[in-house]
Amino acid sequence: MAATVKYDEVTAGQEIPAVEYPVHRVDLVKYAGASGDFNPIHWNERFAKSVGLPDVIAHGMFTMAQGGRFVTDWAGDPAAVVDYGVRFSSMVVVPDDDKGAVIRVSGVIEEKLEDKRVVVVLTAKSGDSRVLSRARAVVQLS
Amino acid sequence: MALNRDFVGRAYTAPTPYEVSRVKIKEFAAAIGDTNPIYVDRAAAAEAGHPDVIAPPTFPIVFSLAGAGEAFADPELGLNFAMVVHGEQRFEYQRPIYAGDQLVCTSTITEIRSVGRNEFLTVQSDVTTPEGELVCRTYNVIVERGGAA
Repeated sequence: MAATVKYDEVTAGQEIPAVEYPVHRVDLVKYAGASGDFNPIHWNERFAKSVGLPDVIAHGMFTMAQGGRFVTDWAGDPAAVVDYGVRFSSMVVVPDDDKGAVIRVSGVIEEKLEDKRVVVVLTAKSGDSRVLSRARAVVQLS
Repeated sequence: MALNRDFVGRAYTAPTPYEVSRVKIKEFAAAIGDTNPIYVDRAAAAEAGHPDVIAPPTFPIVFSLAGAGEAFADPELGLNFAMVVHGEQRFEYQRPIYAGDQLVCTSTITEIRSVGRNEFLTVQSDVTTPEGELVCRTYNVIVERGGAA
């Protein structure tokens, strides 16, 4: 197992270009089934509004998974991600229309560690909201 | 209602090991929209040096709260699940998770605190093989909105 990105070829401060991940209601239904999280705030608009939410919201873990995709696609091997943590700072509201929502993820190599590891800090936004904060992955490079 | 602080320190082990299957990994990868063949194709996984298909980094969420679910449902804790949102999550890996793994998960409630009107509850889950090898450790913070009001 090995990342395709080489430690010697990256520098601290280097940016990883943004990727946009669309989210539709059906994605939340699929995620509910796959993850086992059937909280109705993620698929039932009537319920979501009854508990004070603006509309159905994405599972935080769905958003985190998009950040995970971003890092594993960059690293080239999912096994290279040895530590991944986030704070859920804002909701991804997913309206019931053809457009849905978009999660835009970008990254920067914050620090080069020992043993060919790097810290990648992610920024994830939906519209103008930062939906993840303190989003940080430690990646084992080659 | 404030959460019952007596639950801090309590540990819950899922009654049976979780068996990681290729089918579940495939379903999970599809649900997050990830088309990386390493999650579904054994040949692609082998080419990358893995013994079988690998699980995406956030996959342990599927099983890591099974034990703690018992605590969350306990009326003595006082958790109103309708008001719960996810606060923080972290996965710390010792090695990747592969199809075929049997994983034992022990979840410990490590902290309950109030922040403003909300209650924050932290669960640490140790995911090990049946032989006791640590595979990954997860940290999960759930927030009960209005719980501390």
